[in-house]
Amino acid sequence: MPLTAQATLLRATRLRPGEVLLWLLAFAAPLALPTHALLVSEIAITALFAVSLDLILGYTGIVSLGHAAFFGTGAYTAALCAKLWLPDPLLGLALALAVSALLGAVCSLTVLRGSDLTRLMVTLGMALILLELANKLDGLTGGADGLQGVIMGPLLGRFAFDLNGRTAAYYALCVALLLMLLLRRLVHSPLGATLKAVRDNRLRAMAIGVPVSARIALIYTVAAGVAGVAGGLLAQTTGFASLDLFAFDRSADLMLMLVIGGTGWLYGGVAGAVAFKLMQDWISAITPQYWTFWMGLFLVLLVLLGRERLLKPWIGWSRRKP
Amino acid sequence: MNAVLQAQGLVMRFGGITATHNVTLNLAPGARHALIGPNGAGKTTLINLLTGVLQPSAGRIVLEGRDITRLAPHQRVQRGLVRTFQINQLFDSLTPLQTLALAVSRQRGLGARAWQALGRDRGVAARCEQLLAQFHLDEVMNQPTHVLAYGKRRLLEIALALACEPRVLLLDEPVAGVPAGEREELLQTVADLPAEVSVLLIEHDMDLVFRFAQRMTVLVNGAVLTEGTPEQIAQDPQVKAVYLGQGDAGASHG
Repeated sequence: MPLTAQATLLRATRLRPGEVLLWLLAFAAPLALPTHALLVSEIAITALFAVSLDLILGYTGIVSLGHAAFFGTGAYTAALCAKLWLPDPLLGLALALAVSALLGAVCSLTVLRGSDLTRLMVTLGMALILLELANKLDGLTGGADGLQGVIMGPLLGRFAFDLNGRTAAYYALCVALLLMLLLRRLVHSPLGATLKAVRDNRLRAMAIGVPVSARIALIYTVAAGVAGVAGGLLAQTTGFASLDLFAFDRSADLMLMLVIGGTGWLYGGVAGAVAFKLMQDWISAITPQYWTFWMGLFLVLLVLLGRERLLKPWIGWSRRKP
Repeated sequence: MNAVLQAQGLVMRFGGITATHNVTLNLAPGARHALIGPNGAGKTTLINLLTGVLQPSAGRIVLEGRDITRLAPHQRVQRGLVRTFQINQLFDSLTPLQTLALAVSRQRGLGARAWQALGRDRGVAARCEQLLAQFHLDEVMNQPTHVLAYGKRRLLEIALALACEPRVLLLDEPVAGVPAGEREELLQTVADLPAEVSVLLIEHDMDLVFRFAQRMTVLVNGAVLTEGTPEQIAQDPQVKAVYLGQGDAGASHG
């Protein structure tokens, strides 16, 4: 054996140069491109949201078309916290985490059984129910007008949210980085390995003593909490929460990001979110009306050609996958 | 009664069909016990009852003096009742090393640990190395399972069960479908299983059964036809009539 088993196992958990570079670039971006600070925070938030879907899709194999349910719940929680109680951002974020994780724990009961198709329907339905609730409870949520006039207090009592969005960008980046580091640990732990076992073969996972249902419920709860934080960040940095936070296309776009970036390695969500948001920003600047056409074309090509060959056309058209 | 695993009067009905008919089976400590029977004899149903995939209509299952009839499959595994599968059930995207590390971690009560890296525990890594060597998987320990040769996957199938430190191991046709060249390696590892583990072997391959088993139970139409030593079974005219006479060794069981 060239390496001992322990060294081999631990090598997989090491921080890679690419990861460090990615985060350095991300943290440099608001300074280097001050006019795009808002885009940076939007990308960071979307990336965090995509990573949360990867936790259930990529690590446990649970499909969802309603992940926006938790995003929206987190957003409204954070916005209401600021509006009705205290405008402290971190308090609002903690509350968003708690409420959406709780909702996730309850909803996890609906994804334990059934096939992928039933899960798609159940998760979609859950998001629609919440959308309608936010619509009807207009006394609290502002209904179809959205929750406006959310004024956030300064971060840590010192850094006020400025108009060009630099504080917001660093706030979103820091929260995203912190959660990524935590989730990275989680997926490389024995617990994370049992999740992959559940994804690869549920029958065998059970046959080696993994409590499959408990694991699915756990990761669904965690993923919901992370999605809630992403939603909370969006509401806090934009000062606004509206019904489209729960909308179907938000959940569907998220799936597309994971299709672009790949599932089951956390950074697929990040890569997908960055690519998706940059393309959206870039194409819609060129052709505001038809950007979805180009987006669609890109996705069709991606699926037909495969991610490898589209992104690295120089590595052999001749070599076929086994 | 000092049996490790006891099945007492197990009955399984699916609607009007009785698939398992009052089956009683005792597995002695360290047993090498074979369960044979023609297609449709109810062997698979019996395994599913023992491992908890199915709940019996009547009867009890006792593991080391404890009634486990109502326990979920994963709880039975945690108490030492582990099975392998006739058709490989592995974690395709993981490597053999990761597969074993996860099972060993789970077995040592580290399966819910979210902080430590997989393999940080020195004992887990050491046990993995041991298993990899024992099952001739050390050469391929870093290849994803789905690219491994069939014989290697078959070995991993058993290694994974053994990583759960079973008290009782149910081997479901361990050599099914293994090409001749890889067969001997597999037969040898089955023969070399730790003596303290009680093994119930479900098998069609008579070579393996007679080479391995000290006791045999013959299942026909969901009921126990007879039980005895391999010599007794080989001489039994009833068995010859219903089972050996058909000469379908190597076929899959139903």
